[in-house]
Amino acid sequence: MPNHDNKVLNFLFDLRTIIAVLFTIYGIVCVIWGAGLTPSAQLDKAGGVNINLWAGVGMIVVAALFVWWTLAKPVTTDAAAEEAAARRIAESEAEAKQNL
Amino acid sequence: MNVLGTQLLSGTVSEVVGADAPLRLHAGVVDYVLVATYFALVLGIGFIARRSVSSSLDFLLSGRSLPAWVTGLAFMSANLGATELLGQSANGAEFGIQAVHYYWIGAIPAMVFLGLFMMPFFYGSKVRSVPEFLRRRYNPATQRFQAVLFAVASVLLAGVNLYAMAIVVNALLGWPLWLAIIIAGVVVLIYTLIGGLSASIYNEVLQFFVIVAAMVPITLVGLHKAGGWAGVKAKLFEQPNGHSLLHAFPAHELTGIHNPFWSVIGVVLGLGFVTSFGYWTTNFTEVQRAFSAKDMSAARRTPLIAAFPKTLIALVIIIPGIIAAVTVPGIEKLNAGGTSNVQYNDVVPLLMQQLLPNGFLGVALAGLLASFMAGMAANVSSLNTVFTYDLWQGWLRPGKSDKHYLNVGRWVTVIGTLIAIGTAFIAGNFGNIMDYIQTLFSFFNVPLFAVFIMGLLWKRATGHAGWAGLASGTAGAVVIFVLNQTGVIPISSQGSSYLGGGVALVIAIVVGVIVSLFSNPKRDEELVGLVRGLVDKNAVAQAEAAGTSGVVWYRNVWVLGISALVLAAACYIFFMFV
Repeated sequence: MPNHDNKVLNFLFDLRTIIAVLFTIYGIVCVIWGAGLTPSAQLDKAGGVNINLWAGVGMIVVAALFVWWTLAKPVTTDAAAEEAAARRIAESEAEAKQNL
Repeated sequence: MNVLGTQLLSGTVSEVVGADAPLRLHAGVVDYVLVATYFALVLGIGFIARRSVSSSLDFLLSGRSLPAWVTGLAFMSANLGATELLGQSANGAEFGIQAVHYYWIGAIPAMVFLGLFMMPFFYGSKVRSVPEFLRRRYNPATQRFQAVLFAVASVLLAGVNLYAMAIVVNALLGWPLWLAIIIAGVVVLIYTLIGGLSASIYNEVLQFFVIVAAMVPITLVGLHKAGGWAGVKAKLFEQPNGHSLLHAFPAHELTGIHNPFWSVIGVVLGLGFVTSFGYWTTNFTEVQRAFSAKDMSAARRTPLIAAFPKTLIALVIIIPGIIAAVTVPGIEKLNAGGTSNVQYNDVVPLLMQQLLPNGFLGVALAGLLASFMAGMAANVSSLNTVFTYDLWQGWLRPGKSDKHYLNVGRWVTVIGTLIAIGTAFIAGNFGNIMDYIQTLFSFFNVPLFAVFIMGLLWKRATGHAGWAGLASGTAGAVVIFVLNQTGVIPISSQGSSYLGGGVALVIAIVVGVIVSLFSNPKRDEELVGLVRGLVDKNAVAQAEAAGTSGVVWYRNVWVLGISALVLAAACYIFFMFV
């Protein structure tokens, strides 16, 4: 697999990206609902606090933090690291066999 | 599954099922869309995770590749299943501040102990499961005994989780039980089957964030409506035991022990030592998360990193319970000793119903459903590993290709899930049986812990001492359980679980020592890296160094461990003054 694809896949499969995607969707939906679609009877349930709006904004902020973290410290894909990982797995398998 | 998962979901919400159920949430289209988004993302994770699964180690231990923050959050979240979430909020409603003991004394010290003292042996010996460690230290009989016990427990507990979820979904949304069981079972099956442990760990971490996102607003808004913490306190004072519930010690209500001194001893030794060390340091469902870390340093940091969210999440789980005790009329009635059409376990759904508008309700629902699935997936993925490596490769069919074991792992996932679904259906007819299963299995970790500690500290402990200690300790716990259930030992369920744990601990060690004295010890060379003091000098230097020297201070395991203990202590002190 070419290196470029690897980078994209790594970014997509990075848990931080997944968390960011989820909270972006949740945040946007909640903000929209909070801004205009929550009936006042439902606002009263929460003692007048617009939970949708505030929680939505909070989730968008969290999503932004995760995006920032992902971009600031991307998963390393250099050959050396992958080689080390492969070696570790091979070692432990050999050891496991030996133990049997 | 949880520490002292005994009374959790007992009785269950099933009694409130019906068209006019008091728990029914009026979920709208937007809520279902948010829930569906979560399900879609989780299945997506399974498919992306598949690209990284090419060996049995990838499938069963995530290729030992995960960073510490992921394994740490997963370590914590594997325990934060819905039974834990609903059950601990229920404890908050019933026992007030005393419920924090389950976290700050009942989990944090054990997690720190695991990271500082036990993980070097676990991860350093490169074993792939807890039973495998037992074979290395003791003998195959010990491994097989523990593996069979664990496999049976996991699959039944997966069924318990599934059934608990079906009941809640039925009460909240009105879906029929069978539909809820099958949908949840199939979703869990798909993503664990395709993505293996990585997929279930990713889902656990994702679920953790969604639960926090849901519980923080519930806590804050709940406090706001109740007039702040001062308002909650004032209202709680008016209740019969209110004053006592506002103090963490001596925790009479929690322990069921009337003497203050023995009650504190019960909390510290019973909950803080016997049950929690047994659970957190040897339960493979938890420990497996650390085994999947990328290196020794990350493995040691796994439970230590987990200790911080574990300490803080108590606030957004237990405080809502306390809020419910003063704002939900049905729960107030229960605390006054009366009867009510709701139960303590309904606290979180009741608060969702009372506080949340459509939209955010969907987020909270997604979190609740996700935590049920995560609890079940954690059981299934640890069952996989133990069955494949310990029972199949280690006993029934040794010496096959890795591809063979990868396939076996996949088949076990399918069969395990199907049995869990079957168990959930059976549970529908015998609800009490599930309570017994949960209670009983909560004892099984204690003899295991006893045998571990004996093996780590005493090199003279022989191979036969392992299985003999395990079997006799387990039998002791079962006897206490039966005597308590039949009324021969008339103490509260909490008291009996401390007693059962204590008896199991003592019997396992006494039998282990006696058997050791009458059987041949293993040679020192065989025990290198498995017993304290008997170490390959190079290996131990590396293990000690991992996480202590040459790392930035915030990755130093001692800094992390001590900080976690200080944070938990600070939380206790904080609640003395607020």
